Amino acid sequence: MQQQYEAGRHPDLPPPLVERGAVKWVRDNFFSNATSIVLTAVAVYFLYKVVPPFVEWAFVDAVWDAHHRNECRAKGEGACWAVLRARIAQFTYGFYPAHLYWRVNTAFVLLFIALAPLLFEHVPGRRYLLWFSLAYPVLAFFLLWGGLGLEPVESAKFGGFLLTIVIGVTGIIGSLPLGILLALGRRSRLLIVHTISVAFIEFVRGVPLITLLFIASTLLNYFLPPGTYFDLLLRVLIMVTLFASAYLAEVIRGGLAGIPKGQFEAADSLGLGYWKSMRLVILPQALHISIPNIVNTFIGLYKDTTLVVIVGLADPLGISRATLADSKWQGLSTEIYIAIAVFFFVSCFAMSRYSLYLEKKLHTGH
Amino acid sequence: MRSLKFIALCAALASLAGGGNAATLDDVQAKGHLQCGINTGLAGFAFTDARGNWQGFDVAYCEALAAAVFGKAKGNVKYTNLTGKTRFPALASGEIDVLSRNTTWTYSRDTDLKQTFVGVNYYDGQGFIVPKSLGVGSALELNGASVCIQTGTTTELNLAGYFRDNNMDYEPVPIETNAEAIKLYQAGRCDAYTTDASGLAATKAAFDSPGDHVVLPEIISKEPLGPLVRHGDDEWADIARWVLNALIIAEEKGITKRNVKRMARRSGDDAEANRMFGNEGSFHEMLRLPKTWARDAIAENGNYGEIFEKYIGRNTDLGLERGVNALWTQGGILYAPPFR
Repeated sequence: MQQQYEAGRHPDLPPPLVERGAVKWVRDNFFSNATSIVLTAVAVYFLYKVVPPFVEWAFVDAVWDAHHRNECRAKGEGACWAVLRARIAQFTYGFYPAHLYWRVNTAFVLLFIALAPLLFEHVPGRRYLLWFSLAYPVLAFFLLWGGLGLEPVESAKFGGFLLTIVIGVTGIIGSLPLGILLALGRRSRLLIVHTISVAFIEFVRGVPLITLLFIASTLLNYFLPPGTYFDLLLRVLIMVTLFASAYLAEVIRGGLAGIPKGQFEAADSLGLGYWKSMRLVILPQALHISIPNIVNTFIGLYKDTTLVVIVGLADPLGISRATLADSKWQGLSTEIYIAIAVFFFVSCFAMSRYSLYLEKKLHTGH
Repeated sequence: MRSLKFIALCAALASLAGGGNAATLDDVQAKGHLQCGINTGLAGFAFTDARGNWQGFDVAYCEALAAAVFGKAKGNVKYTNLTGKTRFPALASGEIDVLSRNTTWTYSRDTDLKQTFVGVNYYDGQGFIVPKSLGVGSALELNGASVCIQTGTTTELNLAGYFRDNNMDYEPVPIETNAEAIKLYQAGRCDAYTTDASGLAATKAAFDSPGDHVVLPEIISKEPLGPLVRHGDDEWADIARWVLNALIIAEEKGITKRNVKRMARRSGDDAEANRMFGNEGSFHEMLRLPKTWARDAIAENGNYGEIFEKYIGRNTDLGLERGVNALWTQGGILYAPPFR
């Protein structure tokens, strides 16, 4: 029997079952119209075809413990992750001497301590940590390459993810200030500064990175006096930094162009000189506008570090070539490439998330 | 190819301008190590072991050469990994002292690219591998096939020549490394993969079911592989050449890694061995090397035959037969000039 209410006393009823909760969400998002239904069906079929076999291959049937690819095949049909276990040290440190791994590890941990005050505002003791951040490049240099009483390690021993991080981080840290200077130089009214900046940017942007690396590794030897030894990794670091700085300069120039003329005039009317007005008024706004593009360039640079394999540096791809040539592990390239892809994805995704965080934090608009 | 020539030309010009770099031996001794150019990774010939040391048939030669100069290879040899494209500029520019990277000795590389091949350490030839399911029994039936081929190598040119000579068409699928080729071939991206027969053996060994693939009987080219140095320093070329010869002579005479120390001390009546080990005359002075150079070179990895068996021979995953690479006394064509 239906309950009777007085007029106007009827309590609010929950929405009908099909109009609320998961059911509604699924219907709205997956089955709202004919196109959507077809797309959903296709997607589900695709996932059904791809995911279970992949999970089976990568996890269920995978072999973690083996000393030879044949042992893997004998134990299971799936991925032979044993190759990664056997070579994880090489993929991480390259040919760095094993008894000195602690130095790499220390430098890696310190990197995050040095980055923290730069990346986040609310870090305890930020003021003192910033001094540490400033000193970090020097500290890392001595930790990685040795000197000052530490056993020296030559750059030829660098490899694997260590090499990727060294090139990536150096390129990113080095190219930002250089890029800002080039962008300002390009907008400068001083003829020589302007010309040099434009010529540099256009030359570097007009040449592929591979060519620059090739120049660094091979052609440079012809032009230096015979007998001069110039560390290959150092040459590569310089080229990668210059390359990224040219791109960054254009990105930041875009940001500068987005600042209304009134801001420049306002800074002038306050009596600020060129550098002060740039530092206090213009650049903070220009860099803010450019954040997505700057991070975009950084991610591109980070991934471009894999190109150093063509000049004979042992980045993760270089290590994978050497590993796959060992007849024990031949033919397992899928496993290795997946591992490398995961590493790059994690790094790049972290960068991209940080950029989003920064944009939200700096969002002062309406 | 044209860009390669251009770079080599630049190299030649620059080395002329720089007054050439004559005494490589002095340079090597001064810097304290041998810089050896090797492959970025080729099964049996150059690969890393679990501890990250480079090993392989080509690497063993670098070690022997370093041992001849310095007494032992450990700590005295460094490696530069080179692709098919970067190997010649690296040698021409002086970045490396010797190139030991399964490189085919050809006329134009010898003359036009201005390099000196110091000998042959592996006689190879180009072949094809195809899946059995393709139903092909001879390379002459490959008309219209797509073929995976490594760029910047002689195999690329041989392939074009072979198909042209036999009035056949093919679709090249260019790739950079052997590992890449294996993937593409297994994925069915190409009907056939062509490279040196030694490489095919290595490739086939890596397949999950080697029985499903067949190496075609035709060998379409001569590929004498060997170490090489720059033009213009004959003394250094002589050292590189005679280290290789010493390894071959050692096999002829049954001098092995195990007995070389003893043999070097008293080689008995064998005059050639006595000359090589400096017990008779002072032949080492002609190379400006220490008296023990031959002993040290052989002690590093053993004689030619031992190196062959260790890295690419019958008991390895590659399982290559000696074939033409046997000594001339055993039906092969491996023949070192007399040590006199």
